[in-house]
Amino acid sequence: MIRIVLPAHLRTLAHVSGDVELEVEPPATQRSVLDALEARYPMLCGTIRDHVTLQRRPYLRFFACEEDLSHEPPDAPLPDAVASGAEPFFIIGAIAGG
Amino acid sequence: MSNVRVLVGTRKGAFVLTSDGKRKKWNVSGPHFAGWVIYHLKGSPADPNRLYASQTSDWFGQIIQRSDDGGKTWEAPGGEKMPAPGSMPAGASNKFVFDTSAETGKPLTSHQFYDGTQHPWEFKRVWHLEPSLTDPDTVYAGVEDAALFRSTDGARTWQELAGLRGHGTGPRWQPGAGGMCLHTILLDPSNPGRILIAISAAGAFRSDDAGKTWKPINRGLRSEYIPDPTAEVGHCVHRIAMHRSRPGVVFMQKHWDVMRSDDAGESWREVSGNLPTDFGFPIEVHAHEPDTIYVVPIKSDSEHYPPDGKLRVYRSRTGGNEWEALTKGLPQHDCYVNVLRDAMAVDSLDSCGVYFGTSGGQVYASADAGDTWAPIVRDLPGVLSVEVQTLP
Repeated sequence: MIRIVLPAHLRTLAHVSGDVELEVEPPATQRSVLDALEARYPMLCGTIRDHVTLQRRPYLRFFACEEDLSHEPPDAPLPDAVASGAEPFFIIGAIAGG
Repeated sequence: MSNVRVLVGTRKGAFVLTSDGKRKKWNVSGPHFAGWVIYHLKGSPADPNRLYASQTSDWFGQIIQRSDDGGKTWEAPGGEKMPAPGSMPAGASNKFVFDTSAETGKPLTSHQFYDGTQHPWEFKRVWHLEPSLTDPDTVYAGVEDAALFRSTDGARTWQELAGLRGHGTGPRWQPGAGGMCLHTILLDPSNPGRILIAISAAGAFRSDDAGKTWKPINRGLRSEYIPDPTAEVGHCVHRIAMHRSRPGVVFMQKHWDVMRSDDAGESWREVSGNLPTDFGFPIEVHAHEPDTIYVVPIKSDSEHYPPDGKLRVYRSRTGGNEWEALTKGLPQHDCYVNVLRDAMAVDSLDSCGVYFGTSGGQVYASADAGDTWAPIVRDLPGVLSVEVQTLP
C-alpha cells in the first residue's frame, strides 16, 4: 500500500480528504505510482504531469523520506519505506506568497 | 417572471449571481473552485442548466468543469472517480493536444514569438468556452497558444479544428501582452456552418464550413504598431460581437479603434467617432437593438484604466461613430480599474440588462440598457469574465 499526500487543491479536485492509499505492483516507482493515481482519479490527469510528455509540471515537486525525488528517473524504485507504506510520497506545490 | 443568472469568472474562483426580472436584489453563490483562476464560464443556449467552466492554475494546468444544474454542482467530465484501481478508461477532459496529423492539413509547429523568432506551439489554458446554439453536448474552446478545439461529448474529449492553424498564416501570428490567445468565438445563428473567431495578436478569422477551412478577415484594419499596418494578419483584435438577428454585421474592439463590418468581416471601417479614447477590451450589442453597442474606453495600452479616473460605458445607438457616455451609478472620480474583453454581457429581458465586471472585483448591472448602473457585488477577486443567462 502506497500512501500519497496531495496538495490541497488536488484533494478537492479528486474529492478526497487526507492521504490517498493505492495498491501498486512492485517495484513502486514515480511512474507506477502516478499511473495508479491517475487511473483511480482520472480528474487528476494532466494536473501533476503533462498529458503527452508525462513531464512533471514545473511548479510541482516530489518528496519522500525527507529527500527531494523530483529529479530522479521516473522508473527508479522509490525508497523501501514508501513502497511499504511506512512513509508517504509527497506531491508538493511551489509555495506562493511574500 | 423571468430570472437572470450572471456567471462571473475571477482570478480566485467563479461566482453565480441570480435575480428576478427586476434585477434589484441579487443572490451571490460562490466562490466555486476557490483559489483557481476561472477564465470563463458560459451556459448552453440549448439547455440553460448546462454550464461549462474553464478552471486553470499555473501549478496544476487546465481543468474543464461542467454543471447540469445551473452551477449548484460541478464535475470534471471524463474525470469520474474510478470504482477500483485499474478501472478504465482514464478521463481525458483536461486534454488539449494540438493536431499535427498529416490528414488534417499541414502540420503546424511554430508561430512568431515576441522577438520575431519562430516559437513552438504550446498549450497553456482555455480562454473562452462557447457552447453550441443547438446541442448541449457540443462546445468550442478557444485556447492559448491560439487554436480552436471542439467537444461533441459534453467536454469529455476535445479535438482541434486544425484547419485554422493550418490555413497558412499561422507562422505570422504572434502573442499580445496577455499571450497568444483565441478569445472570441461567434456562432452564426442563421448559418450553422459559419464561425468567426478572434486572436490576439493575429486578427479575425472566419469559417463557412463548420470549422474545417478558414480565412483571415482583416481587410480595413489598420495597426500602426506592426511593420505593415494593413497586413493580412498580425492585428491585436480584442473582441468581436454580433447581434443574432443580423449576424452579417460584426463589431470589433481592436487594441486601438472600434470597427464595424457589414459583410461578415470581409471589410471593416472605423466607427470610433467621438469616443474619448478608442482603446479598450469589451464590445457588446444590445439584445433587441442591433445598432446599439457598448464599449468601455480605456486610456491607453500601457495604462489600462479609464480616462480621468472616471468609469464610463459608452453607448452608440447608431451602430458606431456617435457615442454617449453612461455614467449614472458608476464611479466618476479616482477609479482606475480595467474591464477585460470577456467581462461584459447583456440579458434579453424587455428592458435590456447590461453587465460588466472590473479588475477591482466589482460587477455592475444596468436594468435599463445602460442609463443607470448599480453594483451587484463590490469586492470579488479581479473579474475576468461575465456572462448572462435569461431564464424562463
